Amino acid sequence: MNANLEPKTGTSEPGPAAPAVEVEGLECRYGDTVVLRGITFAVREGELFFIIGGSGCGKTTLLRHLIGLKRPALGAVRYHGENFTNTDVATRRNLLKTVGVLYQNSALWSSMTLRENVALPLEQYTALNRREREEIVALKLAQVGLAGFEDFFPAELSGGMRKRAGLARALALDPRIVFFDEPSAGLDPVISRKLDALILQIRETLGTTMVIVSHELASIYALADRVIMLDRDAQGIIAEGRPQELADTSGDPRVREFLTRGGEKA
Amino acid sequence: MPSDHAPGFLTGMGLAATDLWRQTSDFAGFVGECTLSAIGLVRRPGRFRWRDCFAEMQQCGAMAVPIVSLSSFLIGLTLAYTGAIILRQFGGDIWVADIVGLSTFREMGAVMTGVVIAGRTGAAFAAQIGNMKTGEEIDALETLGIAPVDFLVMPRLLALTLMTPLLAMYANCLGILGGMIVSASVLEIPPSAYWIETQSIIDLSDVSVSLVKSIVFGMLVAVAGCLRGLQAERSAAGVGRAATSAVVTSILLMIVADAIFAVLFNVLGI
Repeated sequence: MNANLEPKTGTSEPGPAAPAVEVEGLECRYGDTVVLRGITFAVREGELFFIIGGSGCGKTTLLRHLIGLKRPALGAVRYHGENFTNTDVATRRNLLKTVGVLYQNSALWSSMTLRENVALPLEQYTALNRREREEIVALKLAQVGLAGFEDFFPAELSGGMRKRAGLARALALDPRIVFFDEPSAGLDPVISRKLDALILQIRETLGTTMVIVSHELASIYALADRVIMLDRDAQGIIAEGRPQELADTSGDPRVREFLTRGGEKA
Repeated sequence: MPSDHAPGFLTGMGLAATDLWRQTSDFAGFVGECTLSAIGLVRRPGRFRWRDCFAEMQQCGAMAVPIVSLSSFLIGLTLAYTGAIILRQFGGDIWVADIVGLSTFREMGAVMTGVVIAGRTGAAFAAQIGNMKTGEEIDALETLGIAPVDFLVMPRLLALTLMTPLLAMYANCLGILGGMIVSASVLEIPPSAYWIETQSIIDLSDVSVSLVKSIVFGMLVAVAGCLRGLQAERSAAGVGRAATSAVVTSILLMIVADAIFAVLFNVLGI
């Protein structure tokens, strides 16, 4: 990591064995309605970890709890051993610096150019001057294949380009963990495969831990080191492991059906 | 099991009271958040997004000049015609200048400007912020540790708080001009006489009343517009409802504030 990108105020260093993301006994509710309960899993450092499941099973709800947009009714989320759920504002802010998020709709700030979108996290969290920020913005956009698009507004880009720009923004602070919400949603298979390749390339070059919410089987088989599968009726995790192993050996017909498209060969 | 008929009178009253309490609490909480944000930005002005604020000032100030001009000029004109109906019977035509001047400065200038910015800018704030919420842009701010109030609300709040009094002063002048034109063309009062009469009736307290009211109206419209935007449901229909609600809330709050000002200024003898 660039020395200038180090947080202005440091966080306490966790133990070497701490998982990148640790979820313990999480219960997610909307009002009185329980969506998920008893969610417990850990994501290892540098892992490409998928949260999978059918529509409406609570994947995005779980993600929103993991990144702090929703407060869990019960349980805790820890990043590298530090509690993210129940902590003071300063610690939470420090932890947020170590996390990047790529949203389903990219969520680029529409009134700002790509340059401004990628530069905003740097303005907020680093003491870099304007020229240094510009250099990093150019580097991050080049990393996702968008060199030369600095002055474009999000509305001027295609869906795939917006996703890549969103990824550049998510990577702006060299985060240790990146969360993805349905990265392939709305993309054609060719663009989707290119985005998968980009995700793999970033993991290999930067060693970033990636937690991806998806139900795209092609991406799951191509990328996932490990998955957890959620189920709406069970309101929780019904399987955990390598996707191919689960497809071949899981005793749960719901898991086999999902991972083999109802019996088709993936 | 859901009831298949409308709630009774008392139940309806209870639900309405609960809803009013919830909305009042939300509004008070949001005003509190804005106050804390303002304190934080005074301490660290470098973090304030001045560029966004200037852009908003242009949008809600300079760009609103044509509609404010038209509405305030026509209000001045209408006031002059209405006043002339009575005053001509008593040969007091010149007092049209007093009626137009006082009504414009003490009431109509600020109120009409407030109504125009509620419909134009308050609705736009709600729609912009509501649309950002639908597109997960506000989620993206939050996961970056940036408070939407600091980033989105404060530049808009400051811009409207600064521009509304300027627009109101301009509206006051246009209102007087409207009255002057009617007086000259219909009542045959020379513009110089009209102007002297206006100067004799308007003093600094009337200007202050207009300024104070318009500053408060600007703040109310900005807060209502931004709050409704942040409360918008994540759908196109939700954004539309937020824009409508922002206008209704702004106008309602301005009417309440105007009534409070009327009592307050009367008690203070202003």
